[in-house]
Amino acid sequence: MDETVAEYIRRTVLKIPRDEIKVMLQKWGFLSEAQLQTLNFHQIKDNISQEVVQLCEENSADIKQAAVLDIIYNHIYQNKRMWSVYQMKKTGEELEYFDITDFKKKFKRRLRSALQNVTITFKEYEDNAIWIRVAWGTPYKKPNQYKPSYVVYHSQTPYVFISSSVLKSTLPLLCQALIVASNYHDIREMELRSHSLNSLKDIVFKRYSQNFQTCTPKPLEGGNVEPENADIRIVEENRSEKERIHRLNQEVFGSGPQPKLEFAQYRLETMFKSDPKMDVLDKKEPFRCLIKFSSPHLLESLKSLAPAGMADAPLSPLLTCIPHKARNYFKIREKKGLYPESFVSP
Amino acid sequence: MAVLRPFSMLPQLNSGVLLLVGSDEALQRQLAEAILQEKRDFNISIHLATSLPLPSERDHLRPSIDLVVFMIDIKSKYSLKNVETSLAYVDASFFLGKVCFLVTGVGRVNACSIEMNAVCKLGETYCSPVLFCELELEGVRAATAQRLVQMLRICTGHIPGVSALSFVSLMRKSDDN
Repeated sequence: MDETVAEYIRRTVLKIPRDEIKVMLQKWGFLSEAQLQTLNFHQIKDNISQEVVQLCEENSADIKQAAVLDIIYNHIYQNKRMWSVYQMKKTGEELEYFDITDFKKKFKRRLRSALQNVTITFKEYEDNAIWIRVAWGTPYKKPNQYKPSYVVYHSQTPYVFISSSVLKSTLPLLCQALIVASNYHDIREMELRSHSLNSLKDIVFKRYSQNFQTCTPKPLEGGNVEPENADIRIVEENRSEKERIHRLNQEVFGSGPQPKLEFAQYRLETMFKSDPKMDVLDKKEPFRCLIKFSSPHLLESLKSLAPAGMADAPLSPLLTCIPHKARNYFKIREKKGLYPESFVSP
Repeated sequence: MAVLRPFSMLPQLNSGVLLLVGSDEALQRQLAEAILQEKRDFNISIHLATSLPLPSERDHLRPSIDLVVFMIDIKSKYSLKNVETSLAYVDASFFLGKVCFLVTGVGRVNACSIEMNAVCKLGETYCSPVLFCELELEGVRAATAQRLVQMLRICTGHIPGVSALSFVSLMRKSDDN
């Protein structure tokens, strides 16, 4: 077995928490049940990884198997990576039957024609998702297994989730291969990024509980705003105001849990307007400004801003449109003339 | 807009009415519950409001208020602004000892986003005591509740010989030192 493969397997095993190693190896399915029995999982991880490598040596593993183990690890720990959504477009309306083997073949052929030294690995999951791992090399160098790109593609949908390699130059190549393999004509980034792959899927597949403006169900009067005031000695003076906030919040965010995003970014490219007499900063140049909101769970925290009394309801549409527009990176230009600062009072 | 007046209604026997004004409703409610748990010999009713003026549709139901507590969260500029705008709707006679400022979040000075100076100045301008506390800690919350109950007791005139005005001038003396 190749030295680099052994080292790669060892390092991958070391990344896995000790009590999950066994389950993950079973999912991998490369080592037989009998071989797994011989492993002692009650020792330090370093020793476990050595033993695993030894068994892989017996089975003469190659980089393909090692890559599959890496996919399994990243599938379970997908929140450790940053995912970005891409949308593909067709010019015509033709519907085609999706053939997975054809997809794989075309994808590989396209990438290999541009770059010989790549490791391409596929793994299909039950939810129709195809995971693709690509490790990149150069014409003169072997693929770097430690800086791969991951792609999650759901057939029959125009969306691709990419967690790209730190090697930035590989992204156009990857996108090209994707549109060729899936018979699309164009691909663009949707400016929607998060660590939580599932939340991104929820947003673009519209699986989260959303409310449509056209058919907002009338909330029951006075219902479930707060647990009913048990103590008559405490009087809420602003009860009706609270109900209004609750209703507005319900309309904007819906009642279910929100998809998990970590940040939203607004880049301002607007002119600074001031009194012409003052003659300060009255230049024709755009006033550059970047506003970044970050939180472990951005949409939930936006949702609770108004009920917590930290902002006025309703919130700015710039903040609440994130799931509807499926993007969390915005550029604000002159013609809209919006100043997001004036919308939120932190 | 309706200005809050201390003697808009006849006071009730053996009871005190406290008005908590602050934008953080969760903390407000916790404090209210802590106050109600305090041992005392008179009835307390607590009114919670996010800001002043109070909605006028409840004016006829509201008893006369004995003590107004403005809650300021040191971590939120908005809470200070909220209190500053609300102060305009308080009748001047309240400031003879029936107002106090409660500053919470003191335990986390590194997350502080308003200047201590601004808060102290607020207390000075309105001749009212400023209490510092951390309402997120249960022990401090209980102690704060105790202080407020004691102040309410003075404001309602349940302590012979001490009026709200004399109490507040006592507090001021210690401030100036």
